[in-house]
Amino acid sequence: MPDWSVEVRKRLEALRIDPAREASIVDELSQHLEDRYEDLVAHGAAPDDARRAALEELTGGGLAAALTESLQRQAPARTPPPETDAGFFAGLAKDFHYGARRLRLEPAFALVAILSLALGIGANTAIFQLLDAVRLRSLPVARPGELVNVRIGKLKGRTGSFSGNFPDLTSLLFERIRAEQKAFSQLAAWSSERINLASGGEVRYAEAMWVSGTFFDTVGVPPLRGRLLGPSDDMPGCPSPSVVVSERFWRRELGGRDLAAGETIALGGRRFEIAGITPARFFGIEVGHAFDIALPTCAEDLLTDDPRTKGRSSWWLSTIGRLAPGWTLEKANAHLDAISRRVFEAALPEDYDAADSKDFLEMKLAASPAETGFSDLRADYSNPLWLLLGISALVLLIACANIANLMIARASARQREIAIRLALGASRRRLVRQLLAESLVLAAAGALAGAALAQVLSRKLLAFLGTHDTQWVVEMPLDLRLLAFTAGIAVLTCVLFGLLPAIQASRTDPIEAMKASGRGVAGGGARLAVRRALVVSQVALSLVLLVGALLFVRSLRNLLTLDAGFGRDHVLVVEVDHTRLRVPKERRIALRGEVLERVRAVPGVMDAASARLVPLGGRYWNTNVSVEGTEVRRQAAYFNQVGTGYFRAIGATLLAGREFTTRDDLSAPPVAIVTEAFARKFLAGASPLGRTVQINNQGGDTVQRFEIVGLARDSKYENLREDFQPLVYLSQFQDRDPRPWFSIIVRSDLPLSGLRHALASAVGSVNPEIELEFQPMSALLSDGLVRDRLMASLSAFFGFLAALLATIGLYGVVSYMVVRRRNEIGVRMALGATRGDILGLVLREAGALVAAGLALGTALAIGAASFARSLLYGLKPSDPVTLAIAAAGLAAVAAAASLLPAHRAATLDPVAALREE
Amino acid sequence: MKHTTGLDRQLKKGSTELLVLSLVENRARHGYEIGRLIETRSRGALRFNVASLYPLLYRLEARGLIEGKWVEKASQRRRRYYRLTAAGRKMLRMQQSAWAAFVEAMHRITEAENA
Repeated sequence: MPDWSVEVRKRLEALRIDPAREASIVDELSQHLEDRYEDLVAHGAAPDDARRAALEELTGGGLAAALTESLQRQAPARTPPPETDAGFFAGLAKDFHYGARRLRLEPAFALVAILSLALGIGANTAIFQLLDAVRLRSLPVARPGELVNVRIGKLKGRTGSFSGNFPDLTSLLFERIRAEQKAFSQLAAWSSERINLASGGEVRYAEAMWVSGTFFDTVGVPPLRGRLLGPSDDMPGCPSPSVVVSERFWRRELGGRDLAAGETIALGGRRFEIAGITPARFFGIEVGHAFDIALPTCAEDLLTDDPRTKGRSSWWLSTIGRLAPGWTLEKANAHLDAISRRVFEAALPEDYDAADSKDFLEMKLAASPAETGFSDLRADYSNPLWLLLGISALVLLIACANIANLMIARASARQREIAIRLALGASRRRLVRQLLAESLVLAAAGALAGAALAQVLSRKLLAFLGTHDTQWVVEMPLDLRLLAFTAGIAVLTCVLFGLLPAIQASRTDPIEAMKASGRGVAGGGARLAVRRALVVSQVALSLVLLVGALLFVRSLRNLLTLDAGFGRDHVLVVEVDHTRLRVPKERRIALRGEVLERVRAVPGVMDAASARLVPLGGRYWNTNVSVEGTEVRRQAAYFNQVGTGYFRAIGATLLAGREFTTRDDLSAPPVAIVTEAFARKFLAGASPLGRTVQINNQGGDTVQRFEIVGLARDSKYENLREDFQPLVYLSQFQDRDPRPWFSIIVRSDLPLSGLRHALASAVGSVNPEIELEFQPMSALLSDGLVRDRLMASLSAFFGFLAALLATIGLYGVVSYMVVRRRNEIGVRMALGATRGDILGLVLREAGALVAAGLALGTALAIGAASFARSLLYGLKPSDPVTLAIAAAGLAAVAAAASLLPAHRAATLDPVAALREE
Repeated sequence: MKHTTGLDRQLKKGSTELLVLSLVENRARHGYEIGRLIETRSRGALRFNVASLYPLLYRLEARGLIEGKWVEKASQRRRRYYRLTAAGRKMLRMQQSAWAAFVEAMHRITEAENA
């Protein structure tokens, strides 16, 4: 009898198995061969033949290789791993690899999925990026969490002149607060304004920031070069005028060169020493406006004859401070409340009458956190941006539903594969993971493309928010926060579109799957229900977005077509500023007349008139007035001062009475022209002609009386959205206190570019140092509609995208349904159903889905539209016409999408369809 | 088991596990006995040799589905007997039902094809 163990051992030698284990295997295998040998011999084989046959078992099958595999690999990959947590993650890389490979095999599917994800994620990321920058990001200064803003908590109504983006306080109020308060270790004032760098002619603006001496110390910014402004730079009279420039300005205007000691810059006809440069990361404290030059507030005294630092009713400053150690915001607010009375008493404007004074003295100061800085960008756009983020999230959701739908369709096609894997013992968890890995590969690719897209989109978005003279400067770095956001939505979308199909697929019943494999699709009942639900929600969500889009588009249309009370086209506004000429007040009216004469002489100018303010120009002037002989209480009216020909030049209409003439000067009785809204408010609509308006004189002495000589049509004053305000026009020739600036309204059919040059040289011929700025009236109007245009165009784009995605989803489900019901349709046709019947059958089915979606969508849209209330003009959020148009439009598109598969079903060959069973 | 002839390699490996597990379900058997039973019960359609059977047994053992034990009985030689573990029993149940379904489905399909 042969020694089997020698043969066996020979074949195991190379494996280097643990000796004890090897001995056991040798024993066992030898025993086997022995049994085999004996069996063969017992059945009559010759011993030699039996020995050869037994040994063949060893040589035939590659024993060593098989043993190596089973002994060294405890858990071979093709079998399900033990169901432990560690096991669940085993082979993850393999799953990703497999997922990526499967997607490569279906490039069309992968492309569509990744593209729609990239669009969705890109839009979300871009909007978040902007929102984060204007709303959430802390100021780039030391310990921003300590920063607070002190201002008037409850405004009782204040009058005076307002300038800067945050006209919270007057200079005197700020000084009183600083003297009285104990809650803040540091407190500084600031304001922002554009300042002209050009010396005469057309203006060239830089962003200026007025700061009190304590500003840079309070904010906590170190200088990049030189020194920053301190209290010694902000002394009354400004004996040593110095400024600080930003790093951006230094590079742009000064070429980034080393600055010589005592180097100066000319501003408003004065020279200021450049004390230092702020670091690049410090854009100021106003998000959106990066400052170029910081001037001490005392420089106001040098640059104008009527400095705001002295005006008791000049509201122009805002504050920033740091809480003193041991003080909380709550405690600081209580303290401010307590000192308010003393502060307001000491800063009461001398020209206020009893009513104004009462309001003024009743106001209270309050502090609020200023960690994220100041921003009118934030005030104007944070609501729209949140809304847009919501809208783009919905689009992403619809895209996810579409991909989920596609995944379910693919899972149906892969049912046999899945059934076999299940039959072979793959666990459901393992299958879900495998399918999820595929989704994650998709989501990751989509997120990557989306993040790249967002970098472009967010900048485009920011540029969109710019106006003809303002470009926002906002830092939008690609930082961890943003990456976390993008990764977050990627994972979320993956779960959204991957989990449901994966679970569905893993529920495959192998028996059912195999039974039905001849037809290619199966287990479809539950699956189709899920797909139907997905389509219903897609239709519903896209209706919401379409309604939103239509609301914003119609609102914009309302604003674009409304009658503002003056002309939009062919009107050019020329801002004239002769401050630097230092013309005495009594000669200013004459200078204005001279400039106007030259402008009127320019060829192509049809009309030209001067005005103190321009509608929608960003400045306003109001004060409390009353009409003699009426019971109507004194209340605010808005003002403008205009010259002759104003109404004709701007395209407004005088309804009754007369315009101002040059004879309405200081020697004549004061006259006024009022608007219809004024007549309605103060005279209950009665004719105002011949009545007398009482106005609080700004000089401080009692009241001034103006006889109303004209009635003008209503005109928008501050913005297009406002209701018509009661408006009083005064004669510019009766201005006792003419400012060194005014506007000229020019009406001309000529193109602006040519006219501009001619006007500049005409004004320059009076004096080349006069500063000019040109703004077409149409630009002023459209600048006020940036937000509306943003909402209209973005929501229209998203609405379109949503409807497109929903349509694709519907098309997919209806096609799938038709394929599933081929047999049934074949039977129906065999039994005599006409093509029309079949068409109806499919369309009814699709119609039910769309109807359910529309019903759900209508409810959602009515609920969601109220978020948009404040952004709409001239229509209600629940506008039934809008809802009807959106629903009808979506229904029409949906009908078109289901017509194709319905037609396919109707033209089915019944014989072929039946043969498939 | 004519249906197995067309199945891919994976399927065959999966099926052999099922065979081994079901053979040791009710009583412990040694390797040779398992091999012989498969051969005789399949009337020679399925054959295992040393190089294919033992690696499979060791693999199943390593996964804790079966347990091998040397047994020396009176008047018999020392042999290694394999019996089903609790985990093995669970796996067997799962695979049995899946396979029953699978085979039946295959049956139907092939019958339909041949009809």
